[in-house]
Amino acid sequence: MIVMNKETLNARRLLCPLPVIRTQDKVKQLKVGDQLEVICTDPGVMQDIPAWCRINGHKVLEKKSCDHDYIIVLEVGA
Amino acid sequence: MSKQRKAVALISGGLDSMLAAKTVMEQGVHVEGINFFTGFCVEGHTHAIRDKAKAKPKRNNSLWVAEQLGIKLHIVDVIEEYKNVLINPKHGYGAYMNPCLDCKIFMVNKARQWIVENDFDFIITGEVIGQRPMSQRKATMPIVAKESGADDLLLRPLCAKNLPPTLPEREGWVDREKLHDITGRSRKPQMAMAEQFGFDDYAQPAGGCCFLTDKNYSAKLVDLWQAQGNKDYELDDVMLLKVGRHIRPQPNFKLIVAREEGEGRFLQGYKNEFISMNCLSHSGPLVLLDGSPSAEDLYLAARITARFGQGRDAEQVDMNVMNKDGSERTLQVKPLKKEEIPEEWYV
Repeated sequence: MIVMNKETLNARRLLCPLPVIRTQDKVKQLKVGDQLEVICTDPGVMQDIPAWCRINGHKVLEKKSCDHDYIIVLEVGA
Repeated sequence: MSKQRKAVALISGGLDSMLAAKTVMEQGVHVEGINFFTGFCVEGHTHAIRDKAKAKPKRNNSLWVAEQLGIKLHIVDVIEEYKNVLINPKHGYGAYMNPCLDCKIFMVNKARQWIVENDFDFIITGEVIGQRPMSQRKATMPIVAKESGADDLLLRPLCAKNLPPTLPEREGWVDREKLHDITGRSRKPQMAMAEQFGFDDYAQPAGGCCFLTDKNYSAKLVDLWQAQGNKDYELDDVMLLKVGRHIRPQPNFKLIVAREEGEGRFLQGYKNEFISMNCLSHSGPLVLLDGSPSAEDLYLAARITARFGQGRDAEQVDMNVMNKDGSERTLQVKPLKKEEIPEEWYV
């Protein structure tokens, strides 16, 4: 059985595009199939991180907001 | 079979870079985008901070352009390296604190480094001769190519026919005849080309997303430099210049006054880095104090802060003063009247 890694990135207080840049940098350290949960406070990430995932071949598994946090879970693609 | 050539396109999110990349893609070249974050590309930051701006969804135009083109986009953090460009621009500033020519040279140089590291062949920009008064003139085109080190690896597809052939043209990686000869500030050729490519939505040209071309923002940056006695800055400084009213009653300190709830929430995140104030007896804004205020200055700052709250007409209000370490005390002050805050205190 393949065990996928799941990591969390705290990108609170960062304004776009910094959450995207931090996500991009973190994903470079992960393997295909790993999951990354990105926690942000800039609502712009709800559009920007999915857009970044689409053009770079990653999959958004979940998008949600909770209090003043915006959370995106993505799966690293090939 | 000839080798598939690869180019990196500087994608700003505007129409010109989008068309330039598309023009080269149409010739069978593999194109990827690159976008540099200097800290001043704060197009979406007002939206991110202020509550009233959230009603209108905001997109990152460079990501959106890349998606329309179907290309990868590499967003590169150049905040630290960019400081030297802004602080010591060899070619000087534009109308405000915008070092446009040095900025373009810097970005093309970064792209040149990137193509070496990633085994790409050449660089594409959306530059058009005569499009911008400082960085896109006939005289500056060779300066950008030379001083960036890109030389003839730098292809400007929108105006290539008005410039000497570059290496990609001479080697036949792209067909010069299929490139363009646009000049000047008119947007009509680009709009026609956008229609031809089927792009019916694109960011409107408005001087780019750089806040250094903004008069008010530039004034705040100059004020910051004058107050600290040098031209250095950190990313937080750059961000805070975009938030709130900035009021400098004395050279040694200024107030950053939240204008609405979203800004207040944003400033909350800085309470362990600045002395902060808010009114206890009435509702009012959160205020950060930047600098080294004396006890007397704190009293003046409290009176100014009170001016922007609901207690502005009261005889006396209670102001909470919180130090960086979290310790607090209360000051009883009489709010300043509007006419007691000179216009020149507003940065």
